[in-house]
Amino acid sequence: MSVIVFAETRDQQYKKSTLEAVSYGKEVALKTGGKVIAVSIGGASDAASLGTYGADEVLTLHGTEFTTFSPEVYAAGFAEVCKTHGGKTIIISNTYSGKSIAGRVAVLLQAALATNVVDYPDTTSGFRVKRGVFSGKAFAYVEMQSDIKVIAVTPNSVEIKTYGASGSVSAHQPAGLPASATRIEDTQTISGKIPLTEAEVVVSAGRGLKGPENWNMVEELAAVLGAATACSKPVSDMHWRPHSEHVGQTGITIKPNLYIAIGISGAIQHLAGVSSSKVIVVINKDAEAPFFKAADYGIVGDVFDVLPKLIQAAKASAAS
Amino acid sequence: MKVLVCMSVVPDTTTKITFTNNDTSFNAQGVQFIMNPYDELALTKALDIAEPAGGTVTILHVGPADAEPVIRKALSMGATDAVRINAVPSDSQFVAAQIAAYAKDKGFDFILTGRESIDYNGGAVCGLLGAMLNIPSISVITQLSVSGQTATIKRDIDGGRETVSCSLPFVASAQKELCEPRIPNMRGIMAARTKPLQVTDPASGTTHVNYVRFELPQPKQGVKMISADNPEELLHLLRNEAKVI
Repeated sequence: MSVIVFAETRDQQYKKSTLEAVSYGKEVALKTGGKVIAVSIGGASDAASLGTYGADEVLTLHGTEFTTFSPEVYAAGFAEVCKTHGGKTIIISNTYSGKSIAGRVAVLLQAALATNVVDYPDTTSGFRVKRGVFSGKAFAYVEMQSDIKVIAVTPNSVEIKTYGASGSVSAHQPAGLPASATRIEDTQTISGKIPLTEAEVVVSAGRGLKGPENWNMVEELAAVLGAATACSKPVSDMHWRPHSEHVGQTGITIKPNLYIAIGISGAIQHLAGVSSSKVIVVINKDAEAPFFKAADYGIVGDVFDVLPKLIQAAKASAAS
Repeated sequence: MKVLVCMSVVPDTTTKITFTNNDTSFNAQGVQFIMNPYDELALTKALDIAEPAGGTVTILHVGPADAEPVIRKALSMGATDAVRINAVPSDSQFVAAQIAAYAKDKGFDFILTGRESIDYNGGAVCGLLGAMLNIPSISVITQLSVSGQTATIKRDIDGGRETVSCSLPFVASAQKELCEPRIPNMRGIMAARTKPLQVTDPASGTTHVNYVRFELPQPKQGVKMISADNPEELLHLLRNEAKVI
């Protein structure tokens, strides 16, 4: 019996969400017993480091089949390892790639599946997890009823804990993998930028910015704070910013430590996507903007006046 | 060309979410239900591809009869026919099992779903269906074209975007940007009244997760206002009080 964690990498390095997933796995193992085995597809330059975060063993899977990301092949290889190592609780990050394999893994293991999970499980009687529902407007507690459970954990939901141990690393080449029916033709990564769903700080702006040409201020503040940039739905609908930056009910749901909303009034659909943020700052010229009711800190003022001052202050404070 | 589009019915995006029965069930009183916005995109894209090729688009819904007005809307957008599997959609695995049981011997060229439903946000049906039908699953797509037996697809990945090619059949889930949702015209609305809507009994399927209780997010403690002339104060509070930068 073991807890098996799908350890995603980016450029051969573990992502922050992976360390969270390993910590989550360790927490489960402390409750249910068993070893924590972290499995990554391909090698990682820091494979042994996962021991620090709670992995007893690190398995790296190799094979030409894994050269490009294909959910059916990755899920088959990972599920095979889960079977041979007696995986009972399977932890995957609730990222695009994690979610694209989670369902397939659940079917292959005849497991129960819960995605969008935001907290550690309650194992006092049964196995209960808390997941985000209604696009951030509520949470649900669900009882997972199968012997094997697949849990997709939302990034920024749990703390990364360290245990000071080191895990043993071994390489493994799964046999009998399916050939992929998909082929990757081209990959465009937004280089030098933090993916929105994984960012700890997000600077977001709305129609109050008046036009796409004013986004350099948003980008500048984000750069100083090490933040990702986001926008409201009207902004992406008007093509001021790409749809991939739209946070809200029909966009991306995020839960950073800090969300700074500039010139966004705070419609219910927008709040749905960001209300899980730990701290919310709202800057708006309208003191009656509904967003202030959902904020921790607020500034009433013209964004074209406040933003330059804030950027300057942030730069000065970063330099000191 | 035969295309299947899976549709869920969800509370309108402006709905204030509340619960009843000691927070054990969603309070549907006074709530307007709509077609899941991502499914609307899936349907529109399916129609855009199938119509010029003289193909058909079947819309499939797993749920009780209250959904029928929304199913008619899908027919008025242009779907050829509709199937409703008469069962309570208890979890995504049960729903996917129903869709798979229906689709497995129908010879669909491809299946589209929404990226996730905006009520339960599982985002799982695409991958579940792919594994159940043993076909590729490509999630969160923003472009799709089909030529012969090959589809070219753009999908969102973590921190970027990828173009993949895939042989038919496959299942994919629609993300914003795939297309603009089609708005039914009067002719479509008239035609939808007489289009076939078949109701079938569910196949066997297991529910793996049980919804025990719901909870609303904790309300904020109240906002602390800072003068527009003093951004240093905001940074100070974020650093020393909230400890988030």
